[in-house]
Amino acid sequence: MIARDRNPYLPYPVRIEEIITETGDHSLKTFKLVFLDPADEARFAFLPGQFAEISVAGKGEIPIGIASSPTEKGYLLFTVQKMGVVTSHLHSMRPGDRLGLRGPLGNWYPWERMEGRNVVIIGGGCAFSTLRSSIVYMTDPSRRPKFKRLTAVYGARCLSLLLYSDRLDEWKGEKSGIDMHVTVDAMQESEPRTPRWQCHVGFVPAVVKEKIKDPTDAIVILCGPPAMLKFTLPVLKEAGFADGQIYLSLENRMKCGIGMCGRCNVGGKLVCKDGPVFSLAELGELPRET
Amino acid sequence: MRTRYYERDAFPPAVAELRRAYRVFVPVRRGDFHAFAEWDDSVRPDFDYRKTRVPPKGLVFPQSERLLVFSTDERDPEHDILREAPKDFPPQAVVGIRPYDAMAFRVLEVNFDTPEVRDPWWLRRREATTLIGLARADEDATMFRTENYAGPFDERGLDVIVYDLGRGYLAKALGEKGEAALAAMGGDEPAADALREVEERIARAATPELPAGRLRAQPAAPELPTGRLRAQPVVPLFEAEFWDEVAAPCLNCGVCTFLCPTCWCFDIQDEVRKQEGDRIRNWDSCMFPLYTLHASGHNPRGKKTQRVRNRFMHKLKYYLDKYDRGVMCVGCGRCVEACPVNIDIREVAARLNGFGEQVERHDR
Amino acid sequence: MTDYTDRLRAAARRLLGEGRVDCFIGYRRGSLPLAAQPAILTRAEQADSLIWDPSCGMNLAHYAVGRADRIGIVATGCVSRSLVALALENQVARERLYIVGVPCTGMLDAGALRRRFPGREAAAAAYEGPRVTIAFADGNEELAVAENLARPCRTCAHPNPVVADEMLGEPVASPAVPAVPEEAAAAEARSAAERWAYFCEAFAHCIRCYACRNACPLCYCPTCFVDESRPQWVGKSSDPTDTRTFHFLRALHLAGRCTDCGACERACPLDIPVRHLTSRLNAEAKAIYGFEAGLDLEERPLLDRYRPEDLNDFFK
Repeated sequence: MIARDRNPYLPYPVRIEEIITETGDHSLKTFKLVFLDPADEARFAFLPGQFAEISVAGKGEIPIGIASSPTEKGYLLFTVQKMGVVTSHLHSMRPGDRLGLRGPLGNWYPWERMEGRNVVIIGGGCAFSTLRSSIVYMTDPSRRPKFKRLTAVYGARCLSLLLYSDRLDEWKGEKSGIDMHVTVDAMQESEPRTPRWQCHVGFVPAVVKEKIKDPTDAIVILCGPPAMLKFTLPVLKEAGFADGQIYLSLENRMKCGIGMCGRCNVGGKLVCKDGPVFSLAELGELPRET
Repeated sequence: MRTRYYERDAFPPAVAELRRAYRVFVPVRRGDFHAFAEWDDSVRPDFDYRKTRVPPKGLVFPQSERLLVFSTDERDPEHDILREAPKDFPPQAVVGIRPYDAMAFRVLEVNFDTPEVRDPWWLRRREATTLIGLARADEDATMFRTENYAGPFDERGLDVIVYDLGRGYLAKALGEKGEAALAAMGGDEPAADALREVEERIARAATPELPAGRLRAQPAAPELPTGRLRAQPVVPLFEAEFWDEVAAPCLNCGVCTFLCPTCWCFDIQDEVRKQEGDRIRNWDSCMFPLYTLHASGHNPRGKKTQRVRNRFMHKLKYYLDKYDRGVMCVGCGRCVEACPVNIDIREVAARLNGFGEQVERHDR
Repeated sequence: MTDYTDRLRAAARRLLGEGRVDCFIGYRRGSLPLAAQPAILTRAEQADSLIWDPSCGMNLAHYAVGRADRIGIVATGCVSRSLVALALENQVARERLYIVGVPCTGMLDAGALRRRFPGREAAAAAYEGPRVTIAFADGNEELAVAENLARPCRTCAHPNPVVADEMLGEPVASPAVPAVPEEAAAAEARSAAERWAYFCEAFAHCIRCYACRNACPLCYCPTCFVDESRPQWVGKSSDPTDTRTFHFLRALHLAGRCTDCGACERACPLDIPVRHLTSRLNAEAKAIYGFEAGLDLEERPLLDRYRPEDLNDFFK
């Protein structure tokens, strides 16, 4: 949250420390950002699930989920898909260039509810970023004891489109503290990289059906493209998960990020301020207009 | 509570006294319309006006406002760092504002001053603004009452209320800001008969008269029909069948939103001239498809009906539910009057308000 | 003109009832005196909600664009011209249109009427032949429609539908009138500096609501140039240069296409004389190429054709 006495439109100045091209098609890059004024890092206290407005002077702002975890100190990570005016420009920038950062914005995954429970993480495509943040946060040695069983299903179209390959290697390891299932829609003939770990072939809902069967004392956090959500939610319901146990993160066009400019509403709720995380139960009470 | 009386001709000079301490905005005639303009030597105030075409919301929330500035010149050590645009907020008095337009600021404030974040520009300008209202029972046929507009003598949004008694004006301060303004305006204590006349006029206005023989598609309602809206569940209203019919004539222009004193939606844009950049806030409109268009091309409100529905649902239901301070409408009737295809919020409100009744009838 | 209401209802009832069309686009009574609201009917029993009187001014051709069904539509000269122009640009299909033509004697300027009686509230309006009676709380006013016409109607040279599948009445005489509105003609007589000053002043109060664009049947681009972001052609603030750019470019996009229906001015909430730009271009098209948009389904649009005798002295 931005402090109430701070001008909420004024970004913190940051510098691009490193740019990691995540995917074989170069459509996704992760930007490692460092605050120009180190004191701003403390002001930017966040929880996984929140987002920030990345500001490119002269081009505008774009809301992006925070991909790093609060347990990763000294920098922030944002994974950005090349799409519109601002993100295209961002993709042409270089380490050392300056950006602005406004946030943290929005709500977060239900951390209080998740403590002491089993947590299921389901993600697809580039929407995996805030789930990366969540997994790093939960598997951090200082926090892992707060959660019971951790299970994740993460899918992409093919191996070269999987994000965070360094972390995947780690999460697939025996001592990672999380039961990680990675899947690709199809195995390409000429993959640049063959993982050392076992990878499913198939869509996310199919893997969820096979691996996520026990709704007891569990919370699901879910983020992915509309088609993934459409086919995964019925699988979860069939497995006995109630609407109140399932949380999703929504995306809508945003400008201000602080609930004032009006455009991101779903019914009376503003995705930027009341969300982006909503339980399925909450969404059921809202008009369907996404 | 200070009260003052001004003979008709003495009122403009008294208002002019305010120019020593305030920037003074007054209604002026501009072609066939009225607009608020800063009172300098080039304009003449016209306090006999009824309604400005564009509401005075821009005096607190300008149509375009420079928020932040930056340099993109890399030789500048501060390059690409955004900072607040330097500006000051001198005291301003809006003299002759009508009670509905003043109430609009109360409708708007909950958006810009929230428990979590505050919009610094809106708040500072609002704080610097004194609203000196003009009270006269001259509502036109497009106007109506809502929880946020009780009629031409509604003083809730004002710092000073000025009753137009024909031969003169009686002004009453309504708080600290108003006391200060009225002190600066000078004037005499009103005589007892002037005070009595104000009482009479207020009593008469409590029961508005409608012109006889009015023709309407639906019965005219001096009160916007909203009494049942609070209890209406939101999803069935949203899914009601009538939205396509309501939206059919809509041209999807932004007239209704731009002329609405309670519409607050905005856009933020960067503009760069050579290497000097501005981050600018502009009024936006939920009627425009671009307002909600995702970079991916997906648009959750890509269809006209969806946008029209959102506008009315926001005004008449979402706002009501969220803040519990009435609907987001002060009954000024500008949208009714200026809509090129005569979409009338009173008819839409009647449909929403009566929606449950229709359903019940169907059930039986 | 009132006569036509009954004939119009009968036509709509018949067309919808016989399944000849899937919808019928007309006007119904508005919520204010002197206002009519465009309506799209889909059932024969709705036909009695249709009206025809001098308040039916907003161009209905707008509502025919983008529909895939068979459309019945009531059309005056200017609506029919818009439909022709749209058909030539493949925005409506002539074979899916059933045009019910009405000879037009001009529409009222409701705004001007309201301003003509300041401080008095019109409670109702009744039309009889060439006259309108406006009821005020303190008595009636009777006026000649012809003396209170909307601006485009004052200089209309094509009051009769140029194409129709049936007509509701006999054609009216086409008055000989100048193609350029008086105000614009007067502006032209001035010097360039004076004209610039006139233009800046006339468009200074534009609020960029885009009502002029959205009301225009010929402004159907899926993404208007003002809404483009890659590249962004025009700034979005109320900067005067951006506002003027919008109006100039919009007018130029309508060169050789505008049928001078005046929907733009009718929709403008600030009475900006938007037509001064387009009507000037129309006059140019007529003077140089002998072309008027939307008159002939067989004639390609002006900027869509080349003839050897076309003015070509701009080739260097």
